[in-house]
Amino acid sequence: MSAETIKVCGLTTGYRNSKGDISITGPLDATLESGELTCLLGPNGAGKSTLLRTLAGFQKPLAGYVKVEGKKLSDYSGRDLARTISVVLTEKPLLENMDVETLVGLGRAPYTGFWGRFSPEDTEAVERAISLMGIDSLRHRMVQSLSDGERQKTMIAKAFAQETPVIFLDEPTAFLDYPSKVEIMLLLYSLAHKMGKTIFMSTHDLDMALQLSDKIWLMDKKLGVRTGTHRELTDSGDLERYFVRPGIRFDREEGLFKVVRY
Amino acid sequence: MRFIILSISLVVLFFLNLFVGSVAIPPAQVVDILFSNADVDGPLRFIVVGSRLPQAITAVLAGAALTVSGLMLQTAFRNPLAGPSILGITSGSSLGVALVILLFGGSVSAAGYSFGGYMAILIGSFAGSIAIMGLLLLFSMWLKNDLMLLISGIMVGYLTSSVITLLNYLSTAEGVHGYAMWGMGNFNGVALGQIPLFSIAIGIGLVMSILMVKPLNIILLGENYALNLGIRMQWVRNMLLVTTGILTSVVTAFCGPISFIGLAVPHVVRMIFRTSDHRVIIPGCILAGGVVGLVCNFLCILPENIVLPLNGVTPLIGVPVIMYVIFKERFKKR
Repeated sequence: MSAETIKVCGLTTGYRNSKGDISITGPLDATLESGELTCLLGPNGAGKSTLLRTLAGFQKPLAGYVKVEGKKLSDYSGRDLARTISVVLTEKPLLENMDVETLVGLGRAPYTGFWGRFSPEDTEAVERAISLMGIDSLRHRMVQSLSDGERQKTMIAKAFAQETPVIFLDEPTAFLDYPSKVEIMLLLYSLAHKMGKTIFMSTHDLDMALQLSDKIWLMDKKLGVRTGTHRELTDSGDLERYFVRPGIRFDREEGLFKVVRY
Repeated sequence: MRFIILSISLVVLFFLNLFVGSVAIPPAQVVDILFSNADVDGPLRFIVVGSRLPQAITAVLAGAALTVSGLMLQTAFRNPLAGPSILGITSGSSLGVALVILLFGGSVSAAGYSFGGYMAILIGSFAGSIAIMGLLLLFSMWLKNDLMLLISGIMVGYLTSSVITLLNYLSTAEGVHGYAMWGMGNFNGVALGQIPLFSIAIGIGLVMSILMVKPLNIILLGENYALNLGIRMQWVRNMLLVTTGILTSVVTAFCGPISFIGLAVPHVVRMIFRTSDHRVIIPGCILAGGVVGLVCNFLCILPENIVLPLNGVTPLIGVPVIMYVIFKERFKKR
C-alpha cells in the first residue's frame, strides 16, 4: 500500500545572501513513501533542519526541486500546501491562556473560513486527533502547564488534525524522558502504518530510529546523504561509516550501536 | 456575561464622566440637556455638549484604539511587554506631529488649526508611527531574541525623543509650552465638530483589527507554524503595520502620546476572559479599553477647578498591571 509521495530531484539546500549561495547539502535524489516512517539521522550542524525546512516549503532550494504527490512544491498555493504537509517544529510556542483543544483546533485553519468557525467536519477531525494521541484528559489544560511530552503529543495532534498526507517533524523526541520518547515514536509508527501517512522526522535517538523506522536517511557534512532501509545501510557499511568513532562500536548482527570503554 | 458587565461599566462610566467636571452641574440637569432639545441654559449646554460629551467619546475611542493596537503588537512580536508607547511608535507619531507643528510654526494647541492643519497633523503622525513600525518589523527579522527587539524599540524611541528635544530647542517658547502640554496627554483635544472624523478613523482601524482575528490567532503559534497553516506572513505583517499605525497615530495626533493603556489593558482582558482567542479578546479589548479610557479621564477631571494631565494618571493603572505580569512569569518558572 506504500506509494511514493515525495520525490526529491537534484535538491541542493542552503542559504542565499549577497555574497552568493552557501550550499549545505546536496545535490540529493531521494523519495519518501506513504505508510512509512522515515528517520533523518546525523550530527548537529549536518543540515537536517535546513533540509526539513526546504522540504516543508519554508525556504527555497538553491537547485533542484521537490515534488509532492506529483506536483512541484513551488506550484502549490499556501492553502493547498497547508492541506498537504503539516509540521511539528522544535520551536516552543509561547502560548498563554490557550487550552489543548483550541491549539489542536488551529490545525484546522486551512479548512475553516474567514472567521475560523468550525464545521461539523472540523470538530470531528479535532476529536479524532485528540483521541488518537490519547490526550483526552488534557483537553482543557492550558498549554503552558503541560510537560514536554504532553506538549509534543498536542503538537502532533495539531498536525494530525490538519489531515495532511505528509507530516514532517523536527526532533520530536528531543528533551523527552525515555518512556515518552518511546511513546511518541510508537505513535508516529502507527500513524504511518495504520493511517498510511508519510512521516519524516529528524532525530538524535539513534537506537530507537534504527529499531522503528522503515527507511533511514543518513546525513553528514563530509559523507553527504545516504538513504535506505536499516538492513541495506547495515550491509553497505554506511551506518558504520557514519557513526563509528572511538567509544562507539557497531554490532553487525543486531545492526545496533554499542558503547565501548577505551 | 463578562461582556455584559464590561458594557454596563462602560455606560455607567460614560455618564459619570458627563456628570463630573470643574463646573458643578446637577446630574438631572445634565440628562435634561442631553435628551431634550430645549436650550435649557446656554453656557451649561455648551459645557455638557460642547466639552464633556466629546471628551467622554474621545476617552472611549482612544482607550479602545490604544488597547487593540497594544494587543496586536503583543501578538505580532510574541512579547507580553510590547505596546505602542514602549516600542517607540507613539514617539514616532510625536516626531511626525512635532515636525508638522514646526513647519506650521507657533503653538501646538490644536484648537486654532483649520481642517487642513488637522489633516497635516494626522498625516505627520501616521507617517511617523508607520516609519517606526516598519523599522521594528525590519529589526524583528534579524533579532530573533524578543528582549533585544524590545530594547531596540526603546532605543528608537529615545532617538526620536532626542530629535523632538532638538526641535523644541529650536522652537519658540510658546511652541515649547504648547508641545509640553500636548505631551502630557489629554482627551479634550477633539472638539465636537471633529468627533465624526476621529470616530471614522478609529472605526476603520478597529474594523480592520476585527477582520484579522483568524491570522492573529494562528500567529500565536509562531511564524513557521503560521506559514505551514497557509498564512501569508508578509501580508499579515503589512496589515498589522497599517492597522496599528492608524489606531496609534490618530489617537496620538489628537490626544498626545498616551502611555501604558496599550501596554497594560490587553493583559487585564486576557485575565478577565482567560483565553488568547482574538475572536473574544479583540471585542473585549475594545470594551475594556473604553472603560479604562473613561476611568483615566474621570480621575483627571475629578479634582475641583483643575484638570490633571492624562499621563500623570495612566501609569497609576498601568504599572501595577505590568508588575503583576512580570512577577507572575517569574513565579511560574520556579
